[in-house]
Amino acid sequence: MGARTDRGSGSANPGALPTRRRFLQGLGLLGSVGVPFGSIAATALETVDTSEGVTFAAGPRPLVRYPGKRPLIRVSTRPPHLETPFGVFNEGPITANDAFFVRYHLANIPLSIDTDTYRVAVKGLVKTPLSLSLQELKRLADPVEVVAVNQCSGNSRGFSSPRVFGSQLANGAMGNARWLGVPLHKVLEKAGVAPGAREVTFNGLDTPVLPTTPDFRKALQIEHALSPEPLLAWSMNGQDIPFLNGYPLKLVVPGYFGTYWVKHVTEIEVIDHTFEGHDAFFMTTGYRLPDNECNCVAPGTAPETTRPITTLAVRSFLTSVRNGDVLKAGVDVELKGIAFDGGAGIKSVEVSLDGGRSWRQAKLGRDLGRFSFQEWRLPVRFEHRGPAVLQVRATNRKGDVQPEQAVWNPGGYRRHVIESTHVTIS
Amino acid sequence: MIQHIIRTSCIVLACSYALSGHVDAATRTIELPAETAQLKPSALAGYAIARAKCGICHSLDYILYQPPQMSQTQWTAEVQKMQRSYGAPLDADEIRLVGIYLATVYGAASSVSASDR
Repeated sequence: MGARTDRGSGSANPGALPTRRRFLQGLGLLGSVGVPFGSIAATALETVDTSEGVTFAAGPRPLVRYPGKRPLIRVSTRPPHLETPFGVFNEGPITANDAFFVRYHLANIPLSIDTDTYRVAVKGLVKTPLSLSLQELKRLADPVEVVAVNQCSGNSRGFSSPRVFGSQLANGAMGNARWLGVPLHKVLEKAGVAPGAREVTFNGLDTPVLPTTPDFRKALQIEHALSPEPLLAWSMNGQDIPFLNGYPLKLVVPGYFGTYWVKHVTEIEVIDHTFEGHDAFFMTTGYRLPDNECNCVAPGTAPETTRPITTLAVRSFLTSVRNGDVLKAGVDVELKGIAFDGGAGIKSVEVSLDGGRSWRQAKLGRDLGRFSFQEWRLPVRFEHRGPAVLQVRATNRKGDVQPEQAVWNPGGYRRHVIESTHVTIS
Repeated sequence: MIQHIIRTSCIVLACSYALSGHVDAATRTIELPAETAQLKPSALAGYAIARAKCGICHSLDYILYQPPQMSQTQWTAEVQKMQRSYGAPLDADEIRLVGIYLATVYGAASSVSASDR
């Protein structure tokens, strides 16, 4: 395969900068974001708050520059896990490639990939097993483009109350990009799916350090795999997919959580049963939700039955104002943010300036498709000085609306409570 | 139009040259920042075990960035999960000792039973 993997040995060290240097990098990060039109944040941009309100056993998390990335928040060094600083989401509805979050599960990740020898195997319950080069794959069907949100199942886990173990993410393990690739179903049809197919499994170049650790493999139901939506993508926002996001080929599953978006895809297998066994761990044990309407249980308890996490819940964020900002009374300002869901599309976004007592409709921006971040804006004027709680609430076209109270599950998955931003009006 | 064709041909030629002439032309390589995180030293027996075992599969900052104030019961269950779910080479006694160390140093030290301190 021509792929070398990381055994965690010492390499060049662009990331281990002295604290002062990291601090300056942080400033550069915000500087490059610029102050958006109508920004009302009166607080100085002295620091990037990498905790974003989450507390740690021994923080804070540093900003570190990785290959192909601007300084991002380090969640763990090995395997690489990086969170996008939240300020990035105020830059626009498309997340830049160099700001997009990174999440691996297993420490043996590819560090060198030869696209000439790279092959994607299509095997299992198919009439003609395939071994496709990238060129063959790209020519297999007309490329399709989709703008879609990739959000980590555990995005915002750090806000779980009571807290749960796992990567303590704030709200930055998400991003929205324009993906270009061939529909997965075209590849499966080329191989010819045989009768009796139940699921399709996906594997990439990352492998576990120990043979006792399960590999990272994911499965989609055959109906979903044969639907028009999943893509095998090689391009992200008009460029090669960044190495750490799955170069040269990534499974893109619009509307589904990031756990299904397998990186460096090399194996696609059609099976006649529900995926099981040692290497099915991330379907059979990990990434599962309580199997009930709210995907929740009483805090601290275990669910009786679970099912694999699938689609994104409806969510929205205020991006132009942050917790702790000081805003001016008596002047016109424009609030701005994003909303998204699992593919029904956003119907409306409402904003409250009084902690949820009254709501007003925000104006939706350009529609980039039902899987995309939907930008929203709302001009407001604060009349009264003092503390205020700003809230944002989205409703999708199915009528799903964000809950007022956060629900709890042991994995800290799928958080989508109405967000509150605490500010002072002066 | 003609200029466009010439430019396209040049790009195609350059590509074929790169593909045929240089094996490495299609290889992309990255280097990752080095690992620097260390565990907090302790006289507890679990410290040496944690140093020897936890870093096999992940960098130690993964521990540092867990929630604060997790109890001995919670930390022990988490170490147990590393063994049961991810196949970490830890026996029952090691799991207990690492749980004590992590709860004492990174969690709610008061949750650690007096006999274990």
